[in-house]
Amino acid sequence: MFGLQKKEKVVKNLKFRESLYRKTLSLSAIFIIVLLSCIFLTLLISSMPSIKAIGVKFIYGTTWDPVTDEYGALPFLVGTLMTAVLSLLISTPFALAIGLFLGEFYPTGWISGIIKNAVELLAGIPSVIFGFWGIFTIVPFVRAIEMKFGIPPYGVGILTASILLSIMIIPFSASLIRLVISMVPSNLKEAAYSLGATRFEVIRYVVIPNIRSGMSAGILLSLGRALGETMAVTMLIGNTQAIPKSIFDTGNTMASVIANEFTEATGKVYFSALIEIGLFLFVVTTIINIIGVNIIKRFKV
Amino acid sequence: MNYSTSSFFRESRNLFFKVLVIIFTIITLFPLIAILFYIFKEGISAINWHFLTHMPKPVGETGGGILNAIIGSVFIIVVAALIAVPIGVSVGLFFSDSNSQSKLYRVSHLAVDVLQGIPSIVIGIIIYLWFVKPFGKFSAVSGSIALAFMMLPSIIKSTEETLKRVPHSLKEASLALGVPYYKTMIRVIVPTGLSGILNGVILGIARVAGETAPLLFTAFGNPFLNFSIFKPMASLPLIIFNYAISPYDDWHQLAWGASFILVMIILFLNILTKLAERKWKVRF
Amino acid sequence: MESTILRTENFNAFFGTSHVLKNVNLAIPRKKISAVMGPSGCGKSTFIRCINRMHEFIENATSTGIIFLDGENIFKFNPTMLRRRVGMVFQQPNPFNTMSIYKNVISGYTLNGYKLSKTEKDEIVETSLKHAALWDEVKDNLHKKGTFLSGGQQQRLCIARSLAMKPEIILLDEPTSALDPISTSKIEELLLVLKNEYTIIIVTHNMQQAARISDYTAFFYLGELTEWDETKTVFTNPKNEKTSNYITGRFG
Repeated sequence: MFGLQKKEKVVKNLKFRESLYRKTLSLSAIFIIVLLSCIFLTLLISSMPSIKAIGVKFIYGTTWDPVTDEYGALPFLVGTLMTAVLSLLISTPFALAIGLFLGEFYPTGWISGIIKNAVELLAGIPSVIFGFWGIFTIVPFVRAIEMKFGIPPYGVGILTASILLSIMIIPFSASLIRLVISMVPSNLKEAAYSLGATRFEVIRYVVIPNIRSGMSAGILLSLGRALGETMAVTMLIGNTQAIPKSIFDTGNTMASVIANEFTEATGKVYFSALIEIGLFLFVVTTIINIIGVNIIKRFKV
Repeated sequence: MNYSTSSFFRESRNLFFKVLVIIFTIITLFPLIAILFYIFKEGISAINWHFLTHMPKPVGETGGGILNAIIGSVFIIVVAALIAVPIGVSVGLFFSDSNSQSKLYRVSHLAVDVLQGIPSIVIGIIIYLWFVKPFGKFSAVSGSIALAFMMLPSIIKSTEETLKRVPHSLKEASLALGVPYYKTMIRVIVPTGLSGILNGVILGIARVAGETAPLLFTAFGNPFLNFSIFKPMASLPLIIFNYAISPYDDWHQLAWGASFILVMIILFLNILTKLAERKWKVRF
Repeated sequence: MESTILRTENFNAFFGTSHVLKNVNLAIPRKKISAVMGPSGCGKSTFIRCINRMHEFIENATSTGIIFLDGENIFKFNPTMLRRRVGMVFQQPNPFNTMSIYKNVISGYTLNGYKLSKTEKDEIVETSLKHAALWDEVKDNLHKKGTFLSGGQQQRLCIARSLAMKPEIILLDEPTSALDPISTSKIEELLLVLKNEYTIIIVTHNMQQAARISDYTAFFYLGELTEWDETKTVFTNPKNEKTSNYITGRFG
């Protein structure tokens, strides 16, 4: 028999190492929690000067003027909302189509492989390249439309940014919809087919009703994604401070105003106001994500 | 039930819907094809040996290259991976090995989900406040830390999933040999799942390779070649952004070239993960 | 009377509130093959997993009573130490798939951090593989991964891996139920040779196997040890009615 001498020392060593292993792992998990809390606290604390100086006017104030130190973020809230909603409106039918295409019509085979890979490729293209491409393709296109209708031909603006944004969130949206469609129990669909329903009717009367809550989670999560999009939007939205009144107006989103002005922000309140916008973004996207993830989790179980 | 819809109507409606779905799906491919086409067409003409090995020229001068951006991107990403991988694998290991009802598991799992959803520009703000402002200067390492934050969730998730898939019988075999639990995990389970974990890392890298927003106020960009992580550093997405919004045509050319390189790199990484995934999945 | 190597004293095992082993009192003789049998769910797998304290890895598993190995209470010492004296082979062969055959055999040492010289390692690998009747079949491929081996060969590799630790007892949990008849008989022959040096406890649901190779048989029914005697007695003249019912095939 080997090595059972020095039993005591080895045993103590072992116990120490086992607990070290457990403690290191737990510590790393705690680290993530602490990290997140610190992120939130930092945003909060750094927003304090702005919160104290401007207070609630931040939310409904419409003037954003670093010169006069007035910081009303309403234009950006409106811009964010407009782009996000518009992009969801545009993208959802396409995401739904892809979800049905891959989930119902062509779940296997070479066609599904091509489409799947194409969508993944689309998802992998960086935002900044999307924006760059948009400058040379979408902007002239929108400008042409604006000229036709006698609207100031900026080319950039809410519409342009929304179009790009919708292209960018289609892959994410589509994968969520595919997930949700795959969770519809196949025996329900089989029952419908066995009653003589066409595929359209099965989709309409069985699949769609069963994915309602999943769809809302998917839309919510896609909204969260859209809110956080920065680069392409910054490059295509025109970067002006007034509240956009139509989709052909230029404007700003919460993310794009930060991207544009952060490095130029001198002045304590100016700087802090931009961080306060970041705080907003953080809180809103976090809430959306938690709700969305929970709905999907409930679905899975 | 008064079944009034004729069979012909139902069949045509069915076909119409199918065609609609197919058309919509194909339309979504158009932007993809258009972008790739543009990048290839404009980018290929900008790529030459000079382009890849020289520095950008100042405004007004033609020529110039993106050497500093390529090197900078590699640098920043490698450092980011060095930071993110140890932490990510530990947390993933913790998740794969824990009781899913425990409080620590649930709270930290939630934290990872929240971290994944934080907009990249907000991460940029945070790293600026933590690592740039206190030191008074932009630095490559702060950019790496920002990218590391963004890589963490995908590394954690893929590690957790990989390790959960390792067959239980391997654990039992090792424990029955008298190998202590912690050693079983570290020297048997993790090495068995290594290719899956590596895959997750490559995927994480592919995702952050194109990120610009977190670098805007951290690594900041640098027109010169820089090898120090404590100074600002150029990177591909930043140079694309700066040149794209500039009014100069030849800078636009450079930006297309850089876009081409960046997309190629991301494509390559994605293909790598696909191949590795296939090889790994067959084993189990 | 042969000497006893393992003795259980009023041993009970629980999974939560479920009482899976009831008051087991058993003395396993040294260097013999003892078979553990019984219908599904009778607790036989649980029993041997208690012997090397592997049952502790299941949540809510508890036990009362003592198990003595060579007179020492196994619950008093570190389980990892215990498992180096009591080896285990499982129903599904489970060689480490990232290691070569050579490394698999020696894994008990390397994973535990024992530093051995190359000659020591070579010697252990060769001896263990010879003891497991696998040496001739793999000696030219020691550094290849074990994935090309058949099920029976993989199982013998797992046996070699356990043997390398020079345990006192080898526990086998239905080691041949996943194998074909030829591999099964090879392993049975192997066990008959191994009992000259090791004590063997084998769980099996195959009565013919128990009759073929074991010296002693324990019979469990619903967690209770209902029969324990020399194999030939158990099979020809069992004392407990439940045993005779099982043997004649009335349940099981």
